Parts: sequence; structure tokens; C-alpha cells
Amino acid sequence: MLAVQGVTLQYRSDRHLVTATDRVSFHVGESERFVVLGPSGCGKSTLLKAVGGFIRPVEGSITLDGARVRGPGPDRVFVFQEFDQLLPWKTVKENIVFALTASGKLPRRKAEECAMQKIAKVKLGEFAESYPHTLSGGMKQRAAIARALAMEPRILLMDEPFAALDALTRKQMQEELLQLWQESRFTVLFVTHSISEAIRIGTRILVLSAHPGQVKAELKRDDCDESKLQELLFDA
Amino acid sequence: MLNRLWNLGAVRKTVLLVSLAALWEAYARWLNNPLLFPTFVDTVKAFFSAVASGELPKAATYTIQLLIKGYIAGLAIAALLTAFASATRIGADLLETLTSMFNPLPSIALLPLALIWFGLGNGAIIFVLIHAVLWAVALNTYSGFRAVSPTLRMVGQNYGLSKTGYVTRILIPGAFPSILTGLKVGWAFAWRTLIAAELVFGVSSGSGGLGWYIFEQKNQLLIPNVFAGLLTVILFGLLIENLIFRTIENRTVRRWGMQV
Repeated sequence: MLAVQGVTLQYRSDRHLVTATDRVSFHVGESERFVVLGPSGCGKSTLLKAVGGFIRPVEGSITLDGARVRGPGPDRVFVFQEFDQLLPWKTVKENIVFALTASGKLPRRKAEECAMQKIAKVKLGEFAESYPHTLSGGMKQRAAIARALAMEPRILLMDEPFAALDALTRKQMQEELLQLWQESRFTVLFVTHSISEAIRIGTRILVLSAHPGQVKAELKRDDCDESKLQELLFDA
Repeated sequence: MLNRLWNLGAVRKTVLLVSLAALWEAYARWLNNPLLFPTFVDTVKAFFSAVASGELPKAATYTIQLLIKGYIAGLAIAALLTAFASATRIGADLLETLTSMFNPLPSIALLPLALIWFGLGNGAIIFVLIHAVLWAVALNTYSGFRAVSPTLRMVGQNYGLSKTGYVTRILIPGAFPSILTGLKVGWAFAWRTLIAAELVFGVSSGSGGLGWYIFEQKNQLLIPNVFAGLLTVILFGLLIENLIFRTIENRTVRRWGMQV
């Protein structure tokens, strides 16, 4: 479904040209939970942004259902790590309605219904009319996930969505994400630097090395455990 | 009970205002020179009789009307300049250069020049008002746009917003705290500039504003009326600051948890 072929990404910092990833290739199939695991600085977030269409690869190609990715679009919806991904001037419900109407997916009335359903799914029913700044970090991320799922994208792009949460909430959120997946089996590309998270979330795991990011291994969830991933990550 | 009352900001401020008025009254009586310093009671009397005679309301309406014209013209030009600055790099340079040049220049200093250019009319006053509003609003709006977080920008693009949708639904609300600050500062500059400009000349088209009222009453040595005029200027300032801007603030940036 999603095909990333020999993708090299570069960006310009103050004076240098930084190579974020070097000829990375992988495929993500329908309803897969594909995890990109790597140390910080391996270009995994940049890679995700390229799939999102925010960065153009200098080499290689990214295709979704055979069509080349040319720019950002609502068929690939992001969930970011940052809490400020919710529009602070809109309530939880309005945030979802905004996404659905701005992209032209649903008319307003239908969008409101859909928003309330998704809000109930992520257990934020009581907070539908709350503004984001009144919510806890975990609740904000839940709202962001609800907004992304409401869009029913071809692929959900998650950029360390739970990294800024405390350990307990993180674990709970991982469980909830898996439950949501059981219900609707969406396709997700999930980026993380945490080995335990990769194992908990992924059906397949792509391990990247640092500076620049190169594929070290691609594993099925059942073929690996923490120590194996640890070795892969920290053995130079 | 008393303690609880004292905890209310409004109660404390009322007590302060009443004591200041009492102090004023006491000093004026002790001084006993109505030409230099009329009593509080005389000022209030003069205020109400000037309101009743329609003189003060007329002057105030005139001033406010002028202010609104200048303010709106200033906002329109600020919007154009900011749009240009956000769209192109040379526009950004232009805005930065112009702002750093003209922001420190008090608008009232431009009045003599404006009088030569536009004559003894409202045109000259509106020109200085535009100068008072423009730079504060443009600079704040522009820096507000730039401070909108990259995450929010990406969210806007992710959901496929059009160019105008992106500006009106992401950039403007995202920058609203700064925009509001710009509007407030611009308003304050404009109000002070306008009163000052009217003091210098206000007789232009037969009816003068508040500044002119103050000046004229002083010429006739009606000092309580001068005080009444000043009181009106203060009242309008408080009214717009506390009623209009405070309400906007409470309904937007405060409710959104975005105040800076």
C-alpha cells in the first residue's frame, strides 16, 4: 500500500547539508502497524514528514496506492508528539469538526455526529465542549487521535505520540490505541525511539541506525524481543 | 465579612477612588483658588451641566467618529503591509525597516507636516492617526504570524486547507493574542494622539472634538469645564480599555488559554 523506495532525505541546517536518511526502503501493507524504531537523530521523524508530504526526498520515491506523494493531504493524517497540535481556540469537538469540514470530507452536521462518536470512542465524552488547555496531556493526545481517526485516512502517521506523557499514561494510551485498532483495523505508521513501545505497538518493526538513518533490519514482531532489538540498536 | 469585601478588587478600587476624590475636594477647598484648581464637586457639576447642554456629548461624538475613521484606515493599511510582509521576503524587510524607523516617531510630531500636506482639516488628523495605529498593529500581527507553532502549521496543511483557509483558520486565530495586543497598543496611541492633535487645532470644520473643547474652555477660564473635559477623556479611555478590549479578551484568548 505505502511504498518507500530508496528514500534519501536532506535538510539544510545553518551551514551544513544534513543527511537525515540514506536510501531507506520499506513497504507498509493494509491494516499493518508498522513501527520505525531508531535512536534520536536517525531521521525517523523526518522520514515520517516525507511520507506526510512536508519534505521532498532528494532521491527515491514515496508512493501511496501507486500514486506518488507530492504534498500534504488528508489521506495521510498526522498525530504529533506536541500537545499544541489541537487548535487551542476550538473545543475538542470543534477540533474534529474542523478537520472534517476543512478537508471537505463531511458537511458540518454530519461532521458533528461523527465527532461525537469518535470522542466517545476515546472516552472523552464529558470533555467534548472543553478547550484543549483545560485537558491533561493524555487527554489531549486522545483528542488528537480521535481527530485523526475521524478522518479515516488511508494511513495514520504517528510521530512519537506518547513520548511526552508520563510512564503510566503512556502504557494506558498504548493499550487504548491497540483496542481502537482492533475495532477498525486502520493502517498506521508509528515512529518511536522506545524499544518496549515498538514491541507493544508494532506488527512489523523497521530498525534505523543514526547519522544518517539507514535500515539495519526489518523484523516481524514475533521474530524479535527486547534484547534482540537492543543489540541491533546499540551494536555499531 | 469585612475581610471578604476587601478581597474584591472592585471594592478596593472604589475605596481608593472615593478617597482620591475626598483628597481632591479637601485640597481644592484649602487652596481656595477655583481658577487654578476647582473642587471635585464643581468639576462634577460642570461635567453634568456640559453633558446636559449637549456640548460635551457633541465634542465626544466628534472625537470618537474621527478616531474610528483613523483607526480603521490604519488597520486596513496594516493588514496590507502584513500580508505583503508574510508573502515575500522583501515585504518582511520593508516592514521591519519601516517599523524600526517610524515606531519611535511620535505621531504628533508629524502634525505640522500633515497640516501642510492635507490642510487644516480632518485629513491631517486622520493621517497622524494612521501613523499612530499602523506600526504597532502591523508589527504585532506580523510577529504573531511568525510565532504560530510549526505543529499548528503542519496540522493546517495536513487537512488540506486552501491558502485563504490557512490564513483565516490557522494563522489569524493562532496569532490572535499578538494581534489583540497590537490592537490595544494601537488604540492607546491613537487616542492620545487624537486628543493632542485636537488641542493644537480643532476648529477646522466649525465643530471641535474633546481636545478642542478643553482648549477652548481654558481660553474662557472655565477651569471646572477643563477638568470636566479631562474627566471625559479618562472615562472614554477606561470604557474602551475595560469594556471593549476586556470583553474581547475574556471571550477569546483567556477562554482559549492563549494569553501571553
